[in-house]
Amino acid sequence: MSLLSVENLRVTFPTDHGPADVVRGLSFTLGRERLGIVGESGSGKSMTGRAIMGLVPAPGKVTADQLMFNGKDLRGLSEDERRDLRGTAMSMVLQDPKFSLNPVIRIGEQIEEAMAVHGTLGRRERRERALEALTAVRIKDPERVARLFPHEVSGGMGQRVMIAMMVVLEPALMIADEPTSALDVSVRGQVLDILADLVSRRGMGLILISHDLNMVARWCDRILVMYRGEIVEEIASGALMDAQHPYTRGLVASLPTIDETRDRLPVLDRGKL
Amino acid sequence: MITRGWLLSDDPETRMQARLGVSYRLARDLMRNPLAMVGLMIILALLLVAAFAPWLAPYSPVEGTLADRLQPPSAAHWMGTDELGRDILSRVIYGARITLMIVLLVAIISAPLGLLIGTVAGYFGGWVDRVLMGLTDIFLSLPRLVLALAFVAALGPGIENAVIAIAIAAWPVYARIARAEVLTFRNSEFLDAIRMQGASRLRIIARHVMPLCISSTIVRVTLDMAGIILTAAGLGFLGLGAQPPLPEWGAMISRGRSFILDQWWVATMPGFAIVIVSLGFCLFGDGLRDVLDPKQRSRG
Amino acid sequence: MIHVKDLSVSFSDVRVLHDVSFDVATGESFALVGESGSGKSTILKALAGQLPAFTGTLRIGEDNDTDRPFSARDRARQVQMVFQDPYGSLHPRRTIDDTLNEPLLIHGLPDRDSKVIAMLDAVGLPRRFRFRLPHQLSGGQRQRVAIARALMLNPPVLLLDEPTSALDVSVQAEILNLLKSLREEKNLTFLLVTHDLPVVSFLCDRLAILHAGRIVETANTEALRSGQLSSSYGQELFQRSVYG
Repeated sequence: MSLLSVENLRVTFPTDHGPADVVRGLSFTLGRERLGIVGESGSGKSMTGRAIMGLVPAPGKVTADQLMFNGKDLRGLSEDERRDLRGTAMSMVLQDPKFSLNPVIRIGEQIEEAMAVHGTLGRRERRERALEALTAVRIKDPERVARLFPHEVSGGMGQRVMIAMMVVLEPALMIADEPTSALDVSVRGQVLDILADLVSRRGMGLILISHDLNMVARWCDRILVMYRGEIVEEIASGALMDAQHPYTRGLVASLPTIDETRDRLPVLDRGKL
Repeated sequence: MITRGWLLSDDPETRMQARLGVSYRLARDLMRNPLAMVGLMIILALLLVAAFAPWLAPYSPVEGTLADRLQPPSAAHWMGTDELGRDILSRVIYGARITLMIVLLVAIISAPLGLLIGTVAGYFGGWVDRVLMGLTDIFLSLPRLVLALAFVAALGPGIENAVIAIAIAAWPVYARIARAEVLTFRNSEFLDAIRMQGASRLRIIARHVMPLCISSTIVRVTLDMAGIILTAAGLGFLGLGAQPPLPEWGAMISRGRSFILDQWWVATMPGFAIVIVSLGFCLFGDGLRDVLDPKQRSRG
Repeated sequence: MIHVKDLSVSFSDVRVLHDVSFDVATGESFALVGESGSGKSTILKALAGQLPAFTGTLRIGEDNDTDRPFSARDRARQVQMVFQDPYGSLHPRRTIDDTLNEPLLIHGLPDRDSKVIAMLDAVGLPRRFRFRLPHQLSGGQRQRVAIARALMLNPPVLLLDEPTSALDVSVQAEILNLLKSLREEKNLTFLLVTHDLPVVSFLCDRLAILHAGRIVETANTEALRSGQLSSSYGQELFQRSVYG
């Protein structure tokens, strides 16, 4: 059985010129795998993640023919039920850890707090689990890091802490929206490594949302390419170069390569899409 | 020909059209806020009353008939008469002129002063900031009325001195706000870019920094109008503002205080005028803030 | 066109640059590559005249035979910069027209209208955008405005601070093409700061690799394309760029 199945998902926002669909009739299923959603700004990729999490900001409206998560219909859930689900069964890693961590609470306490809200574990157990989680995201001296405040750690470390905070709750589904774009290039790989590793070891489902075609191709099993709120193509990660849709092909072609010798880069002709 | 579409065009053809378009959008957003419109109506009414006071007032504001002293509101005297037999309605109407003058003069003096000091302090930082903000803090640490009182005491009573005193007491708030605003963008790249073009500091502050602080200052000044009116009324009440027989609202309340139990209207009628006008400025200021300063929007 | 000799910079006792030296010839495109904290942006800031204190020799622009320090106005005619964040580098309340006019006004140059229109054409912005505000433009369009602003005074040198890293892939291609064309047309000298090696391959002739405030290697782009970087750190960056 699939972990998540989405059929005809739509996200609509009212504008001055009438309602505008940001996501238009998206359908896909997700198992315990790594799914990449790639697209440029305005493609609706982030809104898709938010719609699944139930985090579309007002006045946006979400509709779908089907939105099943772990055998549960997400459409009929109340705001409270959604919130419970968000803490435990599905969680989201955002772009910049600086905005997601409380600046005046020590890192260890924040992770324990996440457990306290959703679980019934005792204090000592929570502490152990928090240290375990920090170790799981490859933080070498978890005891020390747990005592630090968020501003005392680097961006990469902060993002790892965020992931640890999600992981302690052992969600079945993790949605990562541009999890590395605020990080230095050298630590991007590490963070994604950790995510991918957790997915395979704990049997989670991961949706990695990004604009970076190469990154998604490298870390995901399958890729959905989004353009203007629709999936234009689904490709296996190894087959990026064999993409069929002109949009995907255009994107791949417009990326410079390290052995670049072209005089001009090909530019997407949006009129033809 | 000016049409809605022309004003809302995404691609204005001239500088003029671009500016009108921006103003039109602001006005349209403001119109959608009913409370702001109520505030605007009150302010417009104040302006009209002040402008046409001689035609609107049924009696002279300064000459009374002693025989008619302390009459309750009636068909002849809608708001009654005071202890010298002067028609209170006429005095309130003429008082609008004084109130408006005080408010405008204070705004004209204190807002640019506060804006200048705040932006200079915020942009330069370092010791300039410390000196200017130290000065500002000294002024801020004293209650406005007490400060104004001290200046009036030094300068002597009278309406001009009251205006100067209130202005001196009002600017530090604007300086603080402008400085805080500048700090949010002083390291931004658009200022780096303009520095790289060789702009002088004066030019950067006047043309690039100040325009970004003006809207929050305008909002704050509008919201402060009520406080300015009340401070002026307070000075009038204490006998240090407008001098008799000028029909200043605060001074009128002060005179009416002696009869407040038996002849309530003498103090209450100018009190109403103060409350309504203050409310008008507050409502309009709130609306302006929502339009000009979307960051601080109070509602979603 | 750019001469940097023994440039050292310290921020409150922490040395962030150690005796950095390099030269860029007229019309050349040179890249400074490194991770954040390597000091590459600090070099750019020093050349842009935005660092109060440094030691070493910096010369930039055509008039580089005197040791007389540039005034801000002189420097503006020699070197301009394109910033990384197209959302933060344009004044939010000024129209494109205001932004492009400003350098001309500062330097008292004539024919402003025709120059602004010619520049819009040159950077591929429709003339009807002239009186728009930045929030009415996309990221790529804003970056075109930023490039136009940098070129208004016709400086021979452009400093490019990760000019495409905040842009979408397809837009990045457009901006990179534009920069390349402008450089050919106007014989500009580029100094590009980036962490993105493929961008260097496309846009630059030579590169210097920075690590912890030191240049560890200077190489031709040819060496980069073929993976022949000589330093171990250079190889590490290359591997990471190719294999992630």
